[in-house]
Amino acid sequence: MSDSNSEITVPTGSAVARPDRIQNPGFEPEHKRVTDESEKRMRGAERGISLLFMLSGFMTVSAVALYFIFPIVPGDLSSTRNNNMFVGLAIAAGLLCLGIGAVHWAKALMHGHEMVEERHPTRGDDATRARAVEIFQQANKESGWTRRKLLRNSLIGALVAIPIPAVAMFRDLAPGNTPEEVLNHTMWKKGVRLTRDPNGVPIKASEVTIGSSFHVIPENILDLEEGFLNEKAKAAVLLMRLPKESLNEAEDRKSWSYDGIVAYSKICTHVGCPVALYEQQTHHLLCPCHQSQFDVANHCAVIFGPAARALPQLPITVDDEGYLVAQSDFLEPVGPSYWERAR
Amino acid sequence: MSVATQNKNTEATSSGRGMRIVGGVANYVDERTSLSGAVKFLGRKIFPDHWSFMLGEIALYSFVVILLSGTFLTFFFDPSMVEVHYEGSYIPLKGLEMSAAYSSSLNITFDVRGGLLMRQVHHWAALLFIAAIGLHMLRVFFTGAFRKPREINWVIGFVLFILAMAEGFTGYSLPDDLLSGNGLRIIDGMIKAIPGVGTWISYLLFGGEFPGTDVIPRLYVLHIMLLPALVIALIAIHMVLLIINKHTQFAGPGRTNDNVVGAPILPVFAAKAGGFFFLVFGVLMLIGSLFTINPIWNYGPYDPSPVSAGTQPDWYIGFADGMLRLIPSGWEFVLFGYTWSMNLLVPIVVLMLFIVIVMVYPFIEAWVTGDKREHHIAERPRNNPTRTGIGAAGVTFYAVLWAGASSDIVATHFRMTIEGVILTLQILLIVGPVIAFTLAKRMALALQRKDRELVLHGYESSRIVRLPGGEYREIHTPLDEFEQWKLVSFDEYEPVELRPNARGKITVGARLRSSVSKFYFEDRIAPVTTKELESAKH
Repeated sequence: MSDSNSEITVPTGSAVARPDRIQNPGFEPEHKRVTDESEKRMRGAERGISLLFMLSGFMTVSAVALYFIFPIVPGDLSSTRNNNMFVGLAIAAGLLCLGIGAVHWAKALMHGHEMVEERHPTRGDDATRARAVEIFQQANKESGWTRRKLLRNSLIGALVAIPIPAVAMFRDLAPGNTPEEVLNHTMWKKGVRLTRDPNGVPIKASEVTIGSSFHVIPENILDLEEGFLNEKAKAAVLLMRLPKESLNEAEDRKSWSYDGIVAYSKICTHVGCPVALYEQQTHHLLCPCHQSQFDVANHCAVIFGPAARALPQLPITVDDEGYLVAQSDFLEPVGPSYWERAR
Repeated sequence: MSVATQNKNTEATSSGRGMRIVGGVANYVDERTSLSGAVKFLGRKIFPDHWSFMLGEIALYSFVVILLSGTFLTFFFDPSMVEVHYEGSYIPLKGLEMSAAYSSSLNITFDVRGGLLMRQVHHWAALLFIAAIGLHMLRVFFTGAFRKPREINWVIGFVLFILAMAEGFTGYSLPDDLLSGNGLRIIDGMIKAIPGVGTWISYLLFGGEFPGTDVIPRLYVLHIMLLPALVIALIAIHMVLLIINKHTQFAGPGRTNDNVVGAPILPVFAAKAGGFFFLVFGVLMLIGSLFTINPIWNYGPYDPSPVSAGTQPDWYIGFADGMLRLIPSGWEFVLFGYTWSMNLLVPIVVLMLFIVIVMVYPFIEAWVTGDKREHHIAERPRNNPTRTGIGAAGVTFYAVLWAGASSDIVATHFRMTIEGVILTLQILLIVGPVIAFTLAKRMALALQRKDRELVLHGYESSRIVRLPGGEYREIHTPLDEFEQWKLVSFDEYEPVELRPNARGKITVGARLRSSVSKFYFEDRIAPVTTKELESAKH
């Protein structure tokens, strides 16, 4: 290291320099450990630590033994628990004995004096820095990096362009259509029966007593070969029956319910959790994820929580056999908002 | 040439076959790798000692445990969303349709010996990893260990913290149980709110609609390859910079800004750190074998329709979830035909802002002080009251968001209304940091005053004497010079005065810096000087 570094004056900013500050008193006298002073204690520590290491080895071997001693018996959950617990405890004991032993060795027996190492400025010394600058200048001269501007700029342009194909190639992460095409529709359409989740049994209007609620899926969803969860994530519906007089229906939506039975999307308009908790007394729906609350009596308008929009309503009626059916699909996209939602 | 001499020396000083073999192997390796240079450079490097320096070590060691247990899990886990019928030994779910990912997670849990143990160790180690990083960051923040020359390492460590959370979230999603599916649903909802590109990002991530059949394998690749590679690379850089900058140390007798005092890597630090690795591993193994974490078998396979009440994210995601919960109703509008979901955009922006402020804090403070010196002495939090106050404000902000993620649990446990809990937290989110800042700053100043008092007048010895004149007085025991030094050796700054620059102008930047500097250093306690000490004696 050259001495030039120590002469560099660095701006100290708004630091206060006090000429009469108290000076560093230098190192404290060292404290002796018991193992430094007593031969007997040192031997004791040595024996204790080797005992720990031996115990560690023993526990590690026992872990393997326990792995076989406690097999997993199919159908017996306690065997799973025992296998995991005993193997784990033995491994843990092996590790801990080893760790305690090593740390104890370092603290009690190894050379205990503090040692000092000088720090040097992080920057390279002046000669090194000068040489680095010189190398860059030489390289610049030999290549013409700053002189041949067209060459350099076209190179930078080409380098910037290089990753573009990699970005474009990610398009096929998803199928060819656009997200709006799939987000705007669900499986519900005219005449599709409302069936129970999860068994798919159709629901008669007469079964829906006042105050009851049903978790509903469209009738044909269980026949889907693929995309079952995708469809369910959009088509899940909650069906409730309220006393007619407590339903506060808008004029244009009076025909969407049937005899006090209303059906609403179960997918929260906030971030899409299922709004699964129905409070029968107050007619409120609660989303368990972020506690948005919706008032079923008022077209599921938001009454509390971070959601911004009412739950979409599914227009329903009954078919000839008295089963509840959809009048159409939802008239707006269900689930969380997205950029193109209103288009 | 040096190798030859060294060989001779080795033979001369230590006889015995063992040493000859070691020497032979060392020579063989060195002649091919020149490894002796590394030993010379690193072998006797000094590491200072303090309990708080072990927090980063805990993070490092739990990451090693994560790698080991995670590798075991990959041998059994099937990252596929293909529908299968569960045929494992957990009776309640037998015959149920579920994804191969969930089914294989159940098999790891119930049918692979030691599988549950490895799953739990992996999960606990991940939680410890993130917790240790967080505490390590707090240590670095409150002691000013991010100051020059360590600003870049702060940023790297910060990125590691974000990556650790990303690792946590991707890993949490992999078993494809009901809760993890709901977590993904929430992420999907948040992504979709991003103006312009959100819908497309979600669409591409899930390979079409939510949940699709692509997302688990994709998250798996991120979780076991891309993110760990980044984490390992950044940890390596973090360590290299640690070696180049050398560790900070607390002020103490003999310790200066130009030296580092402690134990050498070989043998003491290596033994302590190596032993500590096994202690961390052992404790994680102990927790993993005794305490259940993430009992996925209770939740069932993912289904978009059911969800249980009282759902909670893993704790480290809590602050983000809490932010979502604290937004009042109705923050959404349609403008130019596009939907602006402010109820999600505001949380995203606020969290980003919070994160960015944490990341660039070292540069802000460097700009305020204008101090270009290297700082290797870790400050005691009280000796920088404003920074300590800012840290306390940040911690409070985070803590309120965190509490927000459990608003429903708080409401049910303490029999309060959910509306009341949310309203309280909304107020606390804004008022809390201000209170915390003031309290912490005042406490730091008070502690500094106490330090001054101690240095000037010593400890109260609780020995009361009566003077000849009849006056009673308590005898004070003065501090010895070593204790004294710990209390008086700290940096002190004063507010920057607003002055015109060389061209006679007062720039906006200078004005801003002057007022921020005033905010930082207006209230300050100076360290005791020799003069004061002298006059106090008389």
